[in-house]
Amino acid sequence: MASGGSDESDDTGTTANGDRFAVNHDPSWNTKGVRLGAHWHIRKRREKKDLYLKREEKMDVDVDDIFKDEEDDAEAQLSLLENDSTKEYVVYLVDASPKMFNTACPAEEEHQKAETHFHIAISCISETLKTQIINRSYDQVAICFFNTREKKNLQDLNSVFVFNVPEREFLDRSTARLIKEFDQLEESFSKIIGSQHGIVSGTRENSLYNAIWVAQALLRKGSAKTVDKRILLFTNDDDPFRSIKGAVKSDMTRMTLQRAKDTQDLGISIELLPLSHLNEVFNVSQFYADLIGLEGDDLVDFMPSAGNKLEDMKDQLRKRMFTKRIVKKLKFMIVNGISIELNSYALIRPTVPGAITWLDSVTNRPLKSERTFICADTGALVEESTRRFHPYKNQNITFSMKQLSEIKRVSTGHLHLLGFKPLSCLRDYYNFKTSTFLYPSDEGTDSSMCIFIALHRSMIQLNRFAVAFSGSSSRPQLVALIAQEEIIQSGCQIEPPGMHMIYLPYSDDIRLVEERYSDTSGMVIKASDDQIKKAADLIKRVDLKDFSVCQFTNPALQRHYAVLQALALEEDDIPEIKDETLPDEEGLARPGVVRALEEFKTSVYGDNYDEENEHGIGKSTEASKKRKANAEFASKECENYDWGELADTGKLKDLTVVELKYYLTAHNLPVSGKKEAIISRILTHMGK
Amino acid sequence: MARNKEALVLLLDVGPSMHSVLSEIERVCSMLVQKKLIYSKHDEVGIVLFGTEDTNNELTKEVGGYQHVVVLRNSKVVDGDIVETLQQLPRGTTDGDFLDAVIVGMDMLIKKFGETNKGKKRLCLITNARCPIKESYEGTKEEQVTTIAKQMTANGMKMESIILRGKLSQDANKEIMDENDRLLNIFSKETSTRLLYVENPISLFGALRTRNITPVTVFRGDLELSSKLRIKVMVYKKTAEEKFPTLKKYSDKAPPNDKFATHEVKIDYEYKSSEDPDTVVPPDQRIKGYAYGPQIVPISSAEWEAVKFKPEKGIKLLGFTDSSNVFRHHYMKDVYVFLPEPGNTRAMLAVSAVARAMKEMNKVAILRCVWRQRQANAVIGVLTPNLSDTENIPDSFYLNVLPFAEDVREFQFPSFSNFPASWQPNTQQMEAAANLIKTLDLAPHEQEEVLRPDFTPNPVLERFYHYLELKSKDPYVEVPPLDDTLKKITEPDADLLLQNKNVIDSFCRSFELKGNPLKKSRRLLGGKRSFLNDEEVKGNITAQPANLIENASLKVEKIGDLTPIQDFEAMISRRDSPDWVVQAITEMSKKIFYMVEDSHEGDNYPKALECLVVLRKGCILEQEPKQFNDFLKRLCNFCKEKDLSSFCEYLASKELTLISKTEAIDSEVTDDEARRFLVKSEPKVD
Repeated sequence: MASGGSDESDDTGTTANGDRFAVNHDPSWNTKGVRLGAHWHIRKRREKKDLYLKREEKMDVDVDDIFKDEEDDAEAQLSLLENDSTKEYVVYLVDASPKMFNTACPAEEEHQKAETHFHIAISCISETLKTQIINRSYDQVAICFFNTREKKNLQDLNSVFVFNVPEREFLDRSTARLIKEFDQLEESFSKIIGSQHGIVSGTRENSLYNAIWVAQALLRKGSAKTVDKRILLFTNDDDPFRSIKGAVKSDMTRMTLQRAKDTQDLGISIELLPLSHLNEVFNVSQFYADLIGLEGDDLVDFMPSAGNKLEDMKDQLRKRMFTKRIVKKLKFMIVNGISIELNSYALIRPTVPGAITWLDSVTNRPLKSERTFICADTGALVEESTRRFHPYKNQNITFSMKQLSEIKRVSTGHLHLLGFKPLSCLRDYYNFKTSTFLYPSDEGTDSSMCIFIALHRSMIQLNRFAVAFSGSSSRPQLVALIAQEEIIQSGCQIEPPGMHMIYLPYSDDIRLVEERYSDTSGMVIKASDDQIKKAADLIKRVDLKDFSVCQFTNPALQRHYAVLQALALEEDDIPEIKDETLPDEEGLARPGVVRALEEFKTSVYGDNYDEENEHGIGKSTEASKKRKANAEFASKECENYDWGELADTGKLKDLTVVELKYYLTAHNLPVSGKKEAIISRILTHMGK
Repeated sequence: MARNKEALVLLLDVGPSMHSVLSEIERVCSMLVQKKLIYSKHDEVGIVLFGTEDTNNELTKEVGGYQHVVVLRNSKVVDGDIVETLQQLPRGTTDGDFLDAVIVGMDMLIKKFGETNKGKKRLCLITNARCPIKESYEGTKEEQVTTIAKQMTANGMKMESIILRGKLSQDANKEIMDENDRLLNIFSKETSTRLLYVENPISLFGALRTRNITPVTVFRGDLELSSKLRIKVMVYKKTAEEKFPTLKKYSDKAPPNDKFATHEVKIDYEYKSSEDPDTVVPPDQRIKGYAYGPQIVPISSAEWEAVKFKPEKGIKLLGFTDSSNVFRHHYMKDVYVFLPEPGNTRAMLAVSAVARAMKEMNKVAILRCVWRQRQANAVIGVLTPNLSDTENIPDSFYLNVLPFAEDVREFQFPSFSNFPASWQPNTQQMEAAANLIKTLDLAPHEQEEVLRPDFTPNPVLERFYHYLELKSKDPYVEVPPLDDTLKKITEPDADLLLQNKNVIDSFCRSFELKGNPLKKSRRLLGGKRSFLNDEEVKGNITAQPANLIENASLKVEKIGDLTPIQDFEAMISRRDSPDWVVQAITEMSKKIFYMVEDSHEGDNYPKALECLVVLRKGCILEQEPKQFNDFLKRLCNFCKEKDLSSFCEYLASKELTLISKTEAIDSEVTDDEARRFLVKSEPKVD
C-alpha cells in the first residue's frame, strides 16, 4: 500500500476546522477531560459485567491444590469464551524523535539521576506491562515507536517501528519475553531502531499520521463491542509540524486530525500522555487538543490530570481483576407469594496466587491428573460410586446420593424472608465466611424493584436487618440481609447500593469458649473507672483516622507476584515488597503515645509490670515441666552410648526405638516415624 | 480411660406440666446420644427422671426421701439402647422437685467416679422450674442450694440448666417461678453452670449442646499494644462451621459373606504427561507452576521456601478507629475470641479496661495477627469488645478477619436514586414497607429473640442424624419429611403472619404485582447509547441508569421506533446467525428513510443523523461499506427528488461522508471521493 498521505486531496476545503461530529454528539466525549484524569483511578476500581459466564462446577479435584477456588476455573473459562468477554487492546505509541532523548528533568529532584523523556515513557510502559500481566493477562498490547530511523510495520510506512518478540503477534497478550526484552530495549535502541525526525520540511512524510494509521490497523482486530480499544500516545513535542510552514503545514495538520478522528469514529480512544520540560511546558492547545478533542474546561484540567495519570501508571497495585459476574440468581420470597428477583455477586473474596499447574520438572510440560477409584477390599478398579456410607452402631449405614440430597433439601432453593431484627441483634461473632452482595435483577418488574427499594430504605431508616433462610443445596442456612446505602466519594462509588447477605452460624457452629473458661473462684474482676479512662486516653492517642480495609495489601500475595515476575523475567533479585501490615513503630514512639501507654500500664499493672510479665513467661504448665524432665533424662541417657561408633559399625539398628529416641530428644530432633526413618535422621544429623 | 471421656447425667422433668414438650426433649436428648455414638463413643450417659409416679433411686433406699425421682439408667458407656430409651420417656404424674434430681444425679457421679474425672462430669437439667421444691429440714432453701453448689464445685462437676419459659410454660405461679429462678441463679454463680431460659421448641433444640468440642488455643501469648505493653491472652475459635459429616464412598465389590470387608473406595491420583498419556510422572518429578501471562513459570518448593513471605509470630496493635470505619460485611471468616490468660488478674484488668473504653467510645482496634511461626501470611483483623455481664466471666474481645486491598472487588452498580419514577416507592408504599418491617419483628420487646443463632440448630444435621438412626433399624426407610419444629427455621412463622394479616395485606395491596417487566421499561429511558457507552458505565455509572441492563442479555429481533440506535446495535452484534447483520442494516435503512420522509421542517433530522452515524459505524465494523455507501447515495437522490435537499445539506454540515477505502478495505470509494460527496453544492455521485 502506498503511504497514507498520497490518498489525501490537496483540497483542504473548509471542513477541516469545522464542527467535529464526534465531539458534539457522542456523549462519552463530552466528559473526556474528566475521564482522563479519573480514568486510571477508575480503571483500578472497575470491572465489567459479563452475563454469559456462569459459575462452573469444579471438575478436577487436585488434592494438593490448596489455593484453588472457583474463580480460577472461571478464569480458564474466560479464555475459552474469548469472544464474549470484555478485554482491553492497547497500542502504546511512543515518540522516538531526538527531542525525546534530551535530558528532561535534570534538576527536578536532586537525588534523581537525569532522565530523558524517552526513559520515562519506557519505564512507565514497562511497569504497566508488569502489572497488567498479573491483573488482566488476557488483555492485548502492542508497542509502537514513531519518528524512527528504521521501519517495521505491516503497512510498511516510514518512521514507524512496531516492537515485538518472537512467538507473538504485533498486538497480542504480553509475555515474559516481551517484558524482558522491552526492559533492555533502551540500551540497544539507537542501534536497532534509531531516532530520527519524521516530519521535516521538503518531504511529505508525516510520521504522526503514519503512527496513528499503524495503531488503528493493529486495533482492527476484535469487535469494538466487546473490546476496549485504546491508543496511548507518549510525546514531548507539542507542535509536531513546527519545522514546516504554510499550506503544507495546514494540509498535514488537517490530514493528521482527520486520521485521528476516523480512528476515534471506529471506537478507538486516543489518549495523550504529554511529557513536559521544566522550563517549557507542553502546550496542548498548540495541536493535540484538536487531535484528542479537548475543549473548554477539559482543556484547562487536562495537563494536571495527565500528570496524575503518568504517576498512577508507575504505581499500580498488582491485583488480579475479576469480571463482574452473577454468582447466583435468587428469588427472594417476601410474603404471600410476593417475590423479588435478585442477583448475587461476590464483592469480597480472598484472592489467592492463582491456579497451580503441575509440571514435569524434567520437561517443564504441564501434567494431567487422573483420578481412579479402587475398591479397598478387592483392589479392583471401580466406577465412581453412587453410594455413601457412615459407620453407626457397629454397622455401615449406606445412603444413595439421592437420599443425601433429599436430606439437605430442607427448603426450596429460594431465599425466604422470616422477619426483621434490630441491627444490635447482629453480634460480632455471627460470622463464618465472606458475605455476598445482592442487587435486584433486571428480570423482575418495576413493582418488584419498587418493593426492593422500599424495603431497602425502610430497613436503613429503622436500623433493622432482615432474617431470611437461604435454601442453597450446599448449605441451607439462615442469613442476615443488611441494607447498604450507596456511598460515593469524590465521584467514585465506594459502596454500591443493595443488600449484603451475611451467613449466620447455627448453634452447632458457635463455641462456648467464654463459659468454659469462666472462673468460679470469685477472682473475676472488671476494670475500674480510672483504668477505663486511662485506656480511653490511650485509644485517643493511637487513632487511625481514615481507616479503610483497602489500605493494606496482602504481603504474601505481593511477595508471590514479585517472585513470579523475577523468575519469569530471569531477574537477579526479587524486588522488595513493603509489608504494610506492620505497626507504625514511629507513631507509637511519639512522646504523647508513650506517656498514655505508661499511664495505662501503671494504672493496671502498678509498678511491677515487668515482674508480672516475667512471672507470666516463667510460669510453666505441667506438660511443659514433664517435657523438660524428659529432655533432661534423655540427654543423660544419651551420653551412655557412643553414637559415632554405633553409626560407623552399623549397629544403630540393634538399638531399640526407645534408645534411639534418647538421641533425638537430646538433640531436639523430631521423634516421629518408623525405626528406619529415625536411624536415617540420626545419621543425617551426625553428618554421615 | 479415654482422655476426653465425659460423664453426663440427664436430669429430665417429666411432670404433667412438661408433657407438651416432652417429644421435643426426647428428640434433642436422643440426638445428643446419637452424636456421642459417632464422635465420642466412650462417653458415659445416665438418665434421671423426676416428676414420675414411681420412685427408684439409691438415695431413697439409703436415706429415704427423694420421692418421684427415677434413675432410668445408670451412668454407662453410650449404646443404641439408650437412644431408644430416650425416645420413649414415660409421662410423669406428679410435680417434680428439681433439687432432688440434682442431688440424685450428683450422688450417681460421685459414687461412680469419686474425685476423678474432674471437669468431665456434667449434669444437664431440663425443666420448666414451675413447681416448688420441698422445704429443707435445716436452713433456708437458699442455704441448701448453696451447700449443694459448693459440693458440686468441689467434685469438679459442671451443670447446664435449660429452663423452659414463655410459651412453653403458660399460666404458672409467678411466685414459685421467681423463687426457683433465684435458686437456680445460685448454681450459676457458685458453679460452672450455664443457665438458659428458652421460650420455644427450636431454641430447646439449639440450647442443648449435642456435640462437645474441646477448644484448642489458636494462639497463646502477648497482645502487643506496643513493644512496651503486652497483655497476656489466649485466642480460641468462637465460630467454626460444623460440617455435614463426610461420608465414605461405598464399594459393593466385596463378597457378601466377607465379614471384615471395609467397603471403602480408595481414590488414587496419578499425574501423567499431557503428550504421552501412558507415562506416570512420579511425585518427586512434579513441580508446581504458576501462570505468568500465557506462560507457566515453574517454582520448586525449595526455591519457594527460600524466598516466600515469612512473618514473625505475634499479635500487634496497628491502632484504634471508629467502629463506623469497618463495615460488617467485610468480616471474612470464622470469628476468634481473645480471653485474658486464666488466673492472670492484671491481664484480665487490662483487657477489661481496653474493652470497656472501646465500647464507650464506639471504637474498634485493628490488629495484625500471625498466630503461628511459619504461618504463610499475616492477617489483618478487627477487634471488638465483648463485655460480660455475668460475675464469673471476664471481659474479652472478638476478632474478625478483614479483607486485603486485593480481596475487595470494586464492581459498580447503578444508583437507586437515578432510577425512573415508576421504580421508586411512593409515601404510601414506604409506609407499608416500614409497617411490614415493624410487625414481622423477631426480637420483640421483653420477649425472647426468635431464631437467635446461638439457639438455632442446623436443620440439615438434625435431619441427617435422625435419618441415620431410622436407617440403622430399617435400611429401606425413606427420608422423613422435615418436622414442624424445624420448619420454623426454614419457613416464616405462620402464627406471626396470621397475627399481622392486616399489615401484610396492605403491603401486598400497595405493591401491585403486575408491574411492567424491567427489560422493556428500559427502552423508555434508554436515551443515549453509543458504541462507547461501556466507557460511560465504567466512568460514571451513577449517571446512566439506562445501562442497568446490558444489551447483550437481550435478543433484539426488530428495530423499534423508540430506541432504534440501541436496537440496531444489539441486532447487528447478534452472533447466533450471520443474517442479523444484513437484516439490521436493511431495517435501519428503512427507518432512516421513514424518518427523513416524515420530517417536518427538519425536526427529525438530528435523530436521522444519529441513526446514520450508527449505521455507518456498524457497516465499517462489519465490513459492509457497500451497503452503507449505496444507501447513502440512494437516500440523497431520494431527498433531491422529494425536495428534501435540506437534509443533504444538514448531513454535509455535519461532515457525514461515504465510507472510504482506508476505513474499510472493501470499499470502492477513495478517501477523496468520500470527502467530496455531499460537500459540494451539486453532489452528483454515481
